[in-house]
Amino acid sequence: MKNEGEASEQPDNTAFTQQQLPAWQPILSAGIVIPGFLIIGLAFLGIGIGLFLTSQTIQVLEMDYTGVEKDSPCFQCTIQSVQNCTCEVTFSLSALFTGPVFFYYGLSNYFQNFRKYGVSKDYYQLTGDTQYFKSPRDVCFPYSHDSKNNPIVPCGAIANSMFNDTFELYQIINGTKKKVPLDGKGISWWTDFNIKYRNPSSVNGSFASAFDGTVKPINWPKAAYELDLTDPNNNGFLNQDFLVWMRRAALPQFRKLYRRITEGDYAGGLPAGNYSLTVHYNYPVLSFDGRKKLVFSNVSWMGGKNDFLGIAYLVVGSLCVVMSVVMLIVYAKFKFSDDDDA
Amino acid sequence: MLRRRLNRLCGGDEKRVDSRTIYVGHRPCPDTEAFIPSKFCDNRIVSSKYTVWNFLPKNLFEQFRRIANFYFLIIFLVQVIVDTPTSPVTSGLPLFFVITVTAIKQGYEDCLRHKADNEVNKYLVTVLEDGRSVKKESEKIKVGDVVEVVEDETFPCDLILLQSSREDGTCFVTTASLDGESNHKTHYTVPDTEKDLQALTATIECEQPQPDLYKFVGRMHIYKPEQEPAVRSLGPENLLLKGATLKNTKKIYGVAVYTGMETKMALNYQGKSQKRSAVEKSINAFLLVYLCILISKAVVCTTLKYVWQSKEGQDEPWYNQKTQKEKDTNMYLKMFTDFLSFMVLFNFIIPVSMYVTVEMQKFLGSFFITWDKDFFDPEIQEGALVNTSDLNEELGQVEYVFTDKTGTLTQNNMEFIECCIDGFQYKHRDTWSEVDGFTVTDGPVNKLQQKAGQEKEELFLRALCLCHTVQVKEAGSEEVLTDQVDGIDEMRPQLEEERGFIASSPDEIALVKGAMKYGFTFLGLESKSMKIKNRENNIEEYKLLHVLNFDPVRRRMSVIVQTKSGETLLFCKGADSSIFPRVKPEEVDRIRMHVERNATEGYRTLCVAFKQLSAEEYAVADTGLREARLALQDREEKLIAVYNQVETGMSLIGATAVEDRLQEEAAETMEALQGAGMKVWVLTGDKMETAKSTCYACRLFQRGTELLELTLRTLEDERLKREEKLRELLQEYHRKAVQDAPPVKAGVTRSWSTANQDYGFIIDGATLSIVMNPQHEVDASQYKSLFLQICQNCTAVLCCRMAPLQKAQIVKMVKTSKGSPITLSIGDGANDVSMILEAHVGIGIKGKEGRQAVRNSDYAIPKLKHLKKLLLAHGHLYYVRIAHLVQYFFYKNLCFILPQFLYQFFCGYSQQPLYDAAYLTMYNICFTSMPILAYSLLEQHISIEILLDNATLYREIANNAMLRWRPFLYWTLLGIFQGLLFFFGVRFLFSNPALQDNGQVFGNWSYGTIVFTVLVFTVTLKLALDTRHWTWINHFVIWGSLAFYVFFSFFWGGIIWPFLKQQRLYFVFANMLSSVSAWLVIIILIILSLLPEILLVVLRKPRGPHSRQVYLSLPFPFWILPFYHIHPILCYSP
Repeated sequence: MKNEGEASEQPDNTAFTQQQLPAWQPILSAGIVIPGFLIIGLAFLGIGIGLFLTSQTIQVLEMDYTGVEKDSPCFQCTIQSVQNCTCEVTFSLSALFTGPVFFYYGLSNYFQNFRKYGVSKDYYQLTGDTQYFKSPRDVCFPYSHDSKNNPIVPCGAIANSMFNDTFELYQIINGTKKKVPLDGKGISWWTDFNIKYRNPSSVNGSFASAFDGTVKPINWPKAAYELDLTDPNNNGFLNQDFLVWMRRAALPQFRKLYRRITEGDYAGGLPAGNYSLTVHYNYPVLSFDGRKKLVFSNVSWMGGKNDFLGIAYLVVGSLCVVMSVVMLIVYAKFKFSDDDDA
Repeated sequence: MLRRRLNRLCGGDEKRVDSRTIYVGHRPCPDTEAFIPSKFCDNRIVSSKYTVWNFLPKNLFEQFRRIANFYFLIIFLVQVIVDTPTSPVTSGLPLFFVITVTAIKQGYEDCLRHKADNEVNKYLVTVLEDGRSVKKESEKIKVGDVVEVVEDETFPCDLILLQSSREDGTCFVTTASLDGESNHKTHYTVPDTEKDLQALTATIECEQPQPDLYKFVGRMHIYKPEQEPAVRSLGPENLLLKGATLKNTKKIYGVAVYTGMETKMALNYQGKSQKRSAVEKSINAFLLVYLCILISKAVVCTTLKYVWQSKEGQDEPWYNQKTQKEKDTNMYLKMFTDFLSFMVLFNFIIPVSMYVTVEMQKFLGSFFITWDKDFFDPEIQEGALVNTSDLNEELGQVEYVFTDKTGTLTQNNMEFIECCIDGFQYKHRDTWSEVDGFTVTDGPVNKLQQKAGQEKEELFLRALCLCHTVQVKEAGSEEVLTDQVDGIDEMRPQLEEERGFIASSPDEIALVKGAMKYGFTFLGLESKSMKIKNRENNIEEYKLLHVLNFDPVRRRMSVIVQTKSGETLLFCKGADSSIFPRVKPEEVDRIRMHVERNATEGYRTLCVAFKQLSAEEYAVADTGLREARLALQDREEKLIAVYNQVETGMSLIGATAVEDRLQEEAAETMEALQGAGMKVWVLTGDKMETAKSTCYACRLFQRGTELLELTLRTLEDERLKREEKLRELLQEYHRKAVQDAPPVKAGVTRSWSTANQDYGFIIDGATLSIVMNPQHEVDASQYKSLFLQICQNCTAVLCCRMAPLQKAQIVKMVKTSKGSPITLSIGDGANDVSMILEAHVGIGIKGKEGRQAVRNSDYAIPKLKHLKKLLLAHGHLYYVRIAHLVQYFFYKNLCFILPQFLYQFFCGYSQQPLYDAAYLTMYNICFTSMPILAYSLLEQHISIEILLDNATLYREIANNAMLRWRPFLYWTLLGIFQGLLFFFGVRFLFSNPALQDNGQVFGNWSYGTIVFTVLVFTVTLKLALDTRHWTWINHFVIWGSLAFYVFFSFFWGGIIWPFLKQQRLYFVFANMLSSVSAWLVIIILIILSLLPEILLVVLRKPRGPHSRQVYLSLPFPFWILPFYHIHPILCYSP
């Protein structure tokens, strides 16, 4: 392997070749470990208390509106034949729901993380590359062409299955409904909206004609360029709801941000009182035993309500403290016996 | 395999024939019926493996024959063919990298070989063709060509020497490049060949090519017009080997007998058998376990997938409909492709990179041995040599050390100490005066001594001067030599002192020098006559008639010389055991005492005998010898028979004692090895007494050691036959050493049982052969097991009177015994080669007996004392390093893949990868590879000094302690624990995916990235916790890897990569870092994964006195052990 000529020379006398590099040789002794555990434990306890308390202050209101039970308001919408079904969910708040309030919709037993589902989109379409409008990538199959073999834009399973229930929130003040303004901006990732997804450039000044020769996804009621009729900038691939939907959830039970309540009288939160939520029920989930729900929540510095982190920190923190105490006792005991031995 | 094929190609059909016939100069011979030029292979040397054309297919084939590479190829192909979750790039890229690098390396090496081959093959040589000298390329030489070679040229093929420019028909040759022996060897022309080579019509009949350099039998038929063809025997002394160099001779002519790949050099040039280390076997076992894990994971997932899908609505929800093709596919085929997909998804559990890292660790790690300046010997200006890097870690696992005595334990630097002539002791004193010669006895030692008669003295000294095969070194030029020979009278005494001798054995030189001190100087051998200068400065000349060579079976050698006066004398010297039976018993008694005393003092003794041969006796011996030498078949046996016949009825004239000094620090080294729990066996060809004394001197036997002897002497019994006695003794010793010994607990305790009786065992070659091959087959296994059990309970074993093959037999026996212990052989001479090759680790000492041991060894060191550091420090460290490397690799891939496996339960078993493809690919290549490589090269969990001072530390890693199933289980459980923690920690966090203070939610790639971040940090920090020796390189690599991970993730997610079809990681990492919750979960998961490790180490009290002994010397007076690599529950498992 090595030639002998090399060996005949005196080896280099460097610290590296002689394996004598100066080295730090840490030893985890009781003197380090016990205080270390104590410090970590106390720090964790501190963080844990902070997290736990923060989590407790977050208000959450969850409502299932799937309509499985007969007496639930949306039951009639689960019947297949009903078109454009609307149902009304009411709830009341006994205290102020501090703002800004975030309005989520949640789905369960819904696998956005299916592998085939996940790859079923054409990134080049979504960056506005009209070349791919004519011939969507194969991964979109079977959602790449309609039955007449027209290309679908945006193609693929994810886009096709976009959540399309819509909600209107009213506060009921003395029997009259007062509409709560819902803010649909800033619900998707900044980078998704500003960099990752691009609309095709308008043809002859008309945004819609960029989509000429293509058809809308099969399940969509409207084409991509008319997703939001009220705001022309919220259309195409840059529609906020679309962007939120395109970011696949990690788990089969998930929630996605629908709207924020930040405007007008409700900037400070939802005051106590009765509310009515009008649901335009379009999205079928019962075929795969799914559930739909609505979530109102406010957030803190740690995000939405999640007791897990706080509890985990408290448990680990106290574990560390206990261990350090145990070790101290063991240490004291064994140190003496060690001395005896010596 | 290659060689076999070559042989088949070259040898062709005549392979079946025992001999080949060569027509010198391709001239047909009168009495052969027809001149059929037989086909021999050409003189091209092919050491290269590949040609330009077959490189690619052949190299790829060779590489994919390795099971690991093949596995990765299969995975890659599955990824290409089947629609799998990860792109083929993820496994194809690393595989491609590994294959390419290996191919480039092998291609480069082969290129060098081609170059070297060409240099040899295109070398111009002179060939005599039809009376003219023709320059030819070396590769064109054919068998039968007459080749001319001039001084300092190497022989282009194996030649039979026909003619030499030296008058006496000899030539000198060095075989340094063949066997490393740099002395000049004399070769002889075939007697009675024509001066005119053109007129020579002859055929040579010789055996088929065989690799033994020292064996050659052949016969030359010389045809002369109108005469009966003359027959001459050919032996190794007539054969000039390819690769040897012509020295001191202007020109020779020879006829080619073996060419090209059939030369002895080419036959000897072969890759050594692949030794595999125990670690590699462990790796393979673990690999199997992981393969099972992998397959069971895939099976579980596939099964569950179909169970889950059978539920209404799950298989094909409206939002994820199948294509028509998928619907039509056969269900079982679908299941199978699903299974393959899962295999691919989890295949990272067995990483390509582990093999690369292990190879790199071994290759780079072995440099530390070469570099070690402690191994540098100023005397020979050389350090250690590593011939294979595959066995580094085996050095830390040695249980049995088999050592040669001469040249290994002892210096093989012989010094003539004393002699005994006719029963009188002559001790050489430095003060002897030249005038009185050695008869001066002014020392008190010899005060009481009488002297033997003058005649006996001189006869003895003449015997010493004549009975040898020593050559006088030709100092520089030939002129000096002729001066010396011709003008012997003017020769100054200083010149004599400086006279250099060359001999195959240092004993002979010592004896010749010894005789010189007593006034008899050997002047040299000139054309079969030996000249010696006697005490009166007269030159005596003896005609050398025959040399009866030394061989280890006879253990003696003789010469037959003729004095000027016409007397024929036979001088014989040899071991006492082989001489005594051949001389008169009454002479023996006078000398035996001296011999035995000398032997117990540790000297090597030889007895000298002589015999006067009558003319008739000589004539019989002469014809016998000549006939035997001409024999083509069984020449060896026939020669020995004649030798034995001649060497009888001699009279004993004296004995010599030569001291062989112990090697530097031999005793300390042996003590350290024993302290480290190794059993040291001395295997020597020397006689028992000498070997025993060496053992005492090396402290292998101590005063309290009870010796169990099993030699021919102890087998002598009037009542019983040898074998019955043997059985009796074996059973008695077995009772003593095995049954009565207190039951020893395995491992450490053995070293502390000093109160127990130590046993030493001695066996000699003859007895050993009875043990190995008893008359009744049935006893063989019983004897062997008794013998082994006794030996295993003895602290030291001495096997004396061993033939080289017996040494290997012993090694093999121990190697294959129960528990298959790791053996190490160390030796310096050609006779040790067999045991060096046989043992797990073969170590050569760069001693005086040539380089053969070094060339065949795995490691070569200049001195015995270096063995201590090689084993105790290097071996220990290498073992700990590689064991940790292997365990760590399996661990880190288990906790890498486990979350991906668990994720399948949450994604409908759809083979959705948890991590991005870039992370999957880079995890093993970039993020976690460097720290472990640095660790496995630099780690010193205990510093080298402490390792050297406390040999007992070596026992802690004995029996592959760190790669047994328990440590493996520990690491596996750790990996599972951490994998579960990573996955479910993040899973619970994601029960509410709104993790940012702007209320936005995280998706699946964020999930994977958080898990992956925790994983990379935990795995790296786990290694940091295990690192006991932080050099700047470790710091750089560990923190650098983490920094690189963070940097890479930013970079990878920070840019829209034009070649990616989906930018799934775009800004995922940066977004993750903007979430406080993600930070907090990462921190707590890392700490929680490492906590049990820390606790376990801290809560463990050191056991056994040795550990305290070591750690007390450290600055921390605490009972808490540092992180020791052997985990608590795993230590000292019996």
